[in-house]
Amino acid sequence: MTVDSRLAGLREPQVQRQKSSLFRQSLKRLMKNKLAVAGFGVVVFMFALCFIGPFFSPYADNKINMAMMNKAPSLQHLLGTDALGRDILTRVMQAGRISLTVGLASMVLSVFIGALLGAVAGYYRGIADQIIMRIADLLMTIPGLPLLFIFGALLSEWKVPTDYRMYIVMLMLSIVNWPGLARMVRGQMLSLREREFMQAAVVLGLRDSRKLFHHLLPNVVPLLIVMATLNIGGAILSESVLSFFGLGVMPPTPTWGNMIDAANNMIDFQDHPWLWIPPGLSIFATVIAINIFGDGLRDVLDPKQKR
Amino acid sequence: MSEALLEVSHLKKYFPVTEGLLNRTVGHVKAVDDISLTLQPGETFGLVGESGSGKSTVGRTILRLTEKTAGEVKFKGVDIHSLSPAELRLLRPRMQLIFQDPYSALNPRVRVGDAIGEALLDHGLCTKHEVRELVLESLAACGLSSYHIDRFPHEFSGGQRQRIGIARALILNPDLIIADEPVSALDVSIQAQIINLFSKLQQSKGLAYLFISHDLSVVEHLCSRIGVMYLGSMVETAARDELFHNPLHPYTKALLSAVPVPVPRLKRERIVLKGDIPSPANPPSGCKFHTRCPFAVEVCKAENPVFRDAGGGHFIACHLA
Ligand SMILES: Nc1ncnc2c1ncn2[C@@H]1O[C@H](COP(=O)(O)OP(=O)(O)OP(=O)(O)O)[C@@H](O)[C@H]1O
Ligand code: SF4
Ligand SMILES: [Mg+2]
Repeated sequence: MTVDSRLAGLREPQVQRQKSSLFRQSLKRLMKNKLAVAGFGVVVFMFALCFIGPFFSPYADNKINMAMMNKAPSLQHLLGTDALGRDILTRVMQAGRISLTVGLASMVLSVFIGALLGAVAGYYRGIADQIIMRIADLLMTIPGLPLLFIFGALLSEWKVPTDYRMYIVMLMLSIVNWPGLARMVRGQMLSLREREFMQAAVVLGLRDSRKLFHHLLPNVVPLLIVMATLNIGGAILSESVLSFFGLGVMPPTPTWGNMIDAANNMIDFQDHPWLWIPPGLSIFATVIAINIFGDGLRDVLDPKQKR
Repeated sequence: MSEALLEVSHLKKYFPVTEGLLNRTVGHVKAVDDISLTLQPGETFGLVGESGSGKSTVGRTILRLTEKTAGEVKFKGVDIHSLSPAELRLLRPRMQLIFQDPYSALNPRVRVGDAIGEALLDHGLCTKHEVRELVLESLAACGLSSYHIDRFPHEFSGGQRQRIGIARALILNPDLIIADEPVSALDVSIQAQIINLFSKLQQSKGLAYLFISHDLSVVEHLCSRIGVMYLGSMVETAARDELFHNPLHPYTKALLSAVPVPVPRLKRERIVLKGDIPSPANPPSGCKFHTRCPFAVEVCKAENPVFRDAGGGHFIACHLA
């Protein structure tokens, strides 16, 4: 009796703990990875800086000020000014909005296309699988960057208005990135199909929709989250490279890539380092932070590492 | 006699063996080669055989998890393999399967309560409000606690997982449960518990089982009839007591001689089989057992013995008996 009542006290919190969802269990393990948490912190900081920062800047109107051309950092202009006398800090924040948006949006689009087509290919097999995977193979055999360069050059050739280029760059990045995601989702689907719990789903007579959305996709989601995170970093980097070469988003719309392009001659590069170091560091910090965070997520979520 | 619950006649399942770049078919694995069996409502049929003899394939082909090669499977008079996918889905709840490996049979990302209840909801057999109550009932019937309902499979032991699998099948009120070596992955002490659960459920629900095992002593408690398989074919079928006391086929005798005898005065000749089970892709001619049979004679190599009635529902495929 006494033993029982003492044990009852012991048992209760255990029941509570084990009720916690898989999500919370994963979150707890992620919090233990200090590097990943730091990476996440940097990413949040960059987002906050870029999206909130400009509201507090007196130079947000981007007025050209010939008196302040290429001035070194000072109390007035913390990161100096560019060739048109605009405040670099404000420009970096405004460019970050575009770069981060392009990265996020192209990730969402490529994850959507990739997951959908990969799931269809892996679940239904047959002719749908053949068509989808042949297209994916075709896109994957051409290295991504040259492909983007060709797309970018075509855009310039067709004189696409600069306002639209941002959206078209998002689309381009998604087109280059979905095949890898689709292939990964398809592979997961194929191996999950063979698992006994999917045989059990057949024996239970579950509907296709339930098999797909309740049994298959939840097992793909963790890996998808990891891939999507790493994908944002890759997309930001690709966009920067494209814009640096004048093939992506074009001025006057600022992005980190085309800001560095402003320092594309030896004189600016050496004598006015504040032109290219701030946007360069922004790209570097953001992409590295996203990748570190993504790797941390992978450690926590990748089913292959879990028993 | 009333209508049989399950009638399997001359069931065959051949897997193609392919080779090379073009996937040319170079032969067949005759995993199931002419199996017939009948199961009455509420009865338990034990299917016994060595690893690789095709037991699982029999179960999976009956449930149409794989398509048959030839033969017929009738469940309550309905030819399973002639149904459209939609018709088959409607029939699914009536016949369930318990898996050998309790670890891979449960989706790691689905809570136990959802795993057990989802089929009911999917088939419209109850409302969203009723499902929790029914799941709790099923958990209790299988010896699990109500607080297990919100947990994930990885929080359970093998024996508990097997109970979850049984609860998942049971909640659908099936007429037939095919249990594919449900205890062979478990500790011996847990095995007895699970077998007792099977027999308790049979008494309370009037279930029929097709109980698959490689171990005669496991099916002994549970089964009223037992069939012995060798390399995809049935070699002997008989009522349990008849099979245990009067085995006719040399292979059955060999299997029995390996089982510890509870009554010492029933002395059995000890038959030790030589060699391994031959490949089902290239089975021996004539009687498939002749390469290992201690009594084999010339005719065994040439002629396949017919599966015939030796009297009183005792069927056997052997030239000598
Ligand atoms: N999908 C498949 N493709 C090809 N061959 C298969 C397939 N499934 C089973 N086989 C073959 O069929 C034969 C019988 O396999 P099965 O799994 O039915 O045996 P079993 O009696 O259940 O054995 P165990 O006791 O090991 O479970 C084996 O030789 C196996 O290799
Ligand atoms: S037919 Fe011949 S080889 Fe086959 S079991 Fe009988 S005696 Fe043995
Ligand atoms: Mg098996």
